[in-house]
Amino acid sequence: MPLICIDFLDFIIYNLGYMKQVYLDNHSNTPIDERVYNEMLPYFLEFYGNAQSMHSIGAKSKDAIENARTQVANLIGAKADEIYFTSCASESNNLAIKGIAQSYNQKGKHIIVSSVEHFSVLYSAKRLSQNGFEVTYLPVDKYGLVSPDDIQNAIRNDTILVSIQHANPEIGTIQPISEISKIVHKKGVLFHTDAVCTTGHIPVNVNDLGVDMLTISSSLMYGPKGTAALYIKKGVKIIPQIDGGIQENGRRAGTENVPCIVGFGKACEIAKIEMSENYKKLLNLRNRLIAELPKKIEHLYLNGHPELRLPNNVNFSVEFIEGEGMLLFLDQKNISVTSGSACTSKSLKMSHILSAIKTDTAIAQGSVLMTLSKYNDDNDIDYVLAEFPPIVQRLRELSPLYSYFIKTGKRQIAGPGTDYEHTYEH
Amino acid sequence: MPFYSEKVMEHFQNPRNVGEIKDADGIGEIGNPVCGDMMTFYIKVKDNILEDVKFKTFGCGAAIAVSSMVSEMGKGKTLDEALKITNASVAQELGGLPPNKMHCSNLGADALHKAIENYKKKQGGTK
Repeated sequence: MPLICIDFLDFIIYNLGYMKQVYLDNHSNTPIDERVYNEMLPYFLEFYGNAQSMHSIGAKSKDAIENARTQVANLIGAKADEIYFTSCASESNNLAIKGIAQSYNQKGKHIIVSSVEHFSVLYSAKRLSQNGFEVTYLPVDKYGLVSPDDIQNAIRNDTILVSIQHANPEIGTIQPISEISKIVHKKGVLFHTDAVCTTGHIPVNVNDLGVDMLTISSSLMYGPKGTAALYIKKGVKIIPQIDGGIQENGRRAGTENVPCIVGFGKACEIAKIEMSENYKKLLNLRNRLIAELPKKIEHLYLNGHPELRLPNNVNFSVEFIEGEGMLLFLDQKNISVTSGSACTSKSLKMSHILSAIKTDTAIAQGSVLMTLSKYNDDNDIDYVLAEFPPIVQRLRELSPLYSYFIKTGKRQIAGPGTDYEHTYEH
Repeated sequence: MPFYSEKVMEHFQNPRNVGEIKDADGIGEIGNPVCGDMMTFYIKVKDNILEDVKFKTFGCGAAIAVSSMVSEMGKGKTLDEALKITNASVAQELGGLPPNKMHCSNLGADALHKAIENYKKKQGGTK
């Protein structure tokens, strides 16, 4: 009976002209959990004190921050005094990479990162290379996986840090972090992982992973923007990147963003309780998209690893068309997605992740990234499965590449007579 | 503010003159899928006038809107008039394009000019 009711409601909604909103850009930002939002509210109007002040209204803020620190620590199996709040995951990554480099430069000036890291890791490394450091950028295989053997071979006597992300936000590939950290530690080198898209979604335990530093983002796990954290294992020395007051045990100066930190803590508390349930739900929705879209759309290729994959990540390349057109048409249907195509990026460069996995350049232009949240449901998937195929068909009817393929069975790269074989397996 | 002007979105969603002309008098192609945009223009010429213009485009919203606008601007014009259409005038007709799209996607006029050149070359060849 309830199912019939939902169908009836959907029927009414469609026929009255209301459109569903299906938000599938959760690797950019998740919605805030309402419980998180409610937890934050008193810290705007009621408890506005500076956590460093001696008076009791300041103490309220201090207590709230310490409570949040414990909530974050509990989620990842750390001790509360190993959690350092920052303003965003980019800041956490900058602190980890530059802070370690400055702290251990007597030992050596070589660091290793993968080529599929977030720009905040890649550009921090690049900055260091302008200041006398050497950086090794490790390649990945066609699924986006780093090879532990490559890491073993890349570590030198002067290597001080290895930074490999836990999972890739764009193609969803999950790296074998505990295996990698063992290799890195055997060589006496520090290890950092950017775990922004795994924390709160799949089990993340700093001891099991064996990491010295780990980056977490609030806004990717149903918490507010404006705060993130860096786990720094006890004993690891790091040079602050923001100098000033004694906040965060002297490792990150600046007045604490109390409401957001409170929200972040609450988001971690909720994640700890609800993660396994959400995981099952996300996996089911993700698998539906991955299994059912190719049945409705021909010439569709999955980017990233089929199994070692985030439970909320779907990334397809749709051949013969470009990502931005799909994004715009889907947006008209209130379906929010992103693409790794050159056209959709502000820099007009194809996604460095798709380059790193050596996606055929023409096919990479047709990438569509859908990232789910716990707020999506089967109705959303049904809606996408109904709305997406006609959009692809519409754009393919416009595409000279598609009509050439239909006529000749060949793929065209730059005009008639320049056929090419793309690198994807069917 | 939306990324594209209303006019760009209107042309993107309802592109004019999409298709191919089987016995086209001239074909012009520009760009390639690797850089993200590729346009193929087909023209039919009668008495020095662009009797018909059709196109197929692989590319972003701007590239599709530009192609549609160029086809509309070119149709019915003499070859000389059509050669005076510039990428800039197309962008202007569309109510402007985002700055980062001005160079990569705004190639419709070039593609049309190429089709006209192709036609003229063929004419020269048959003379």
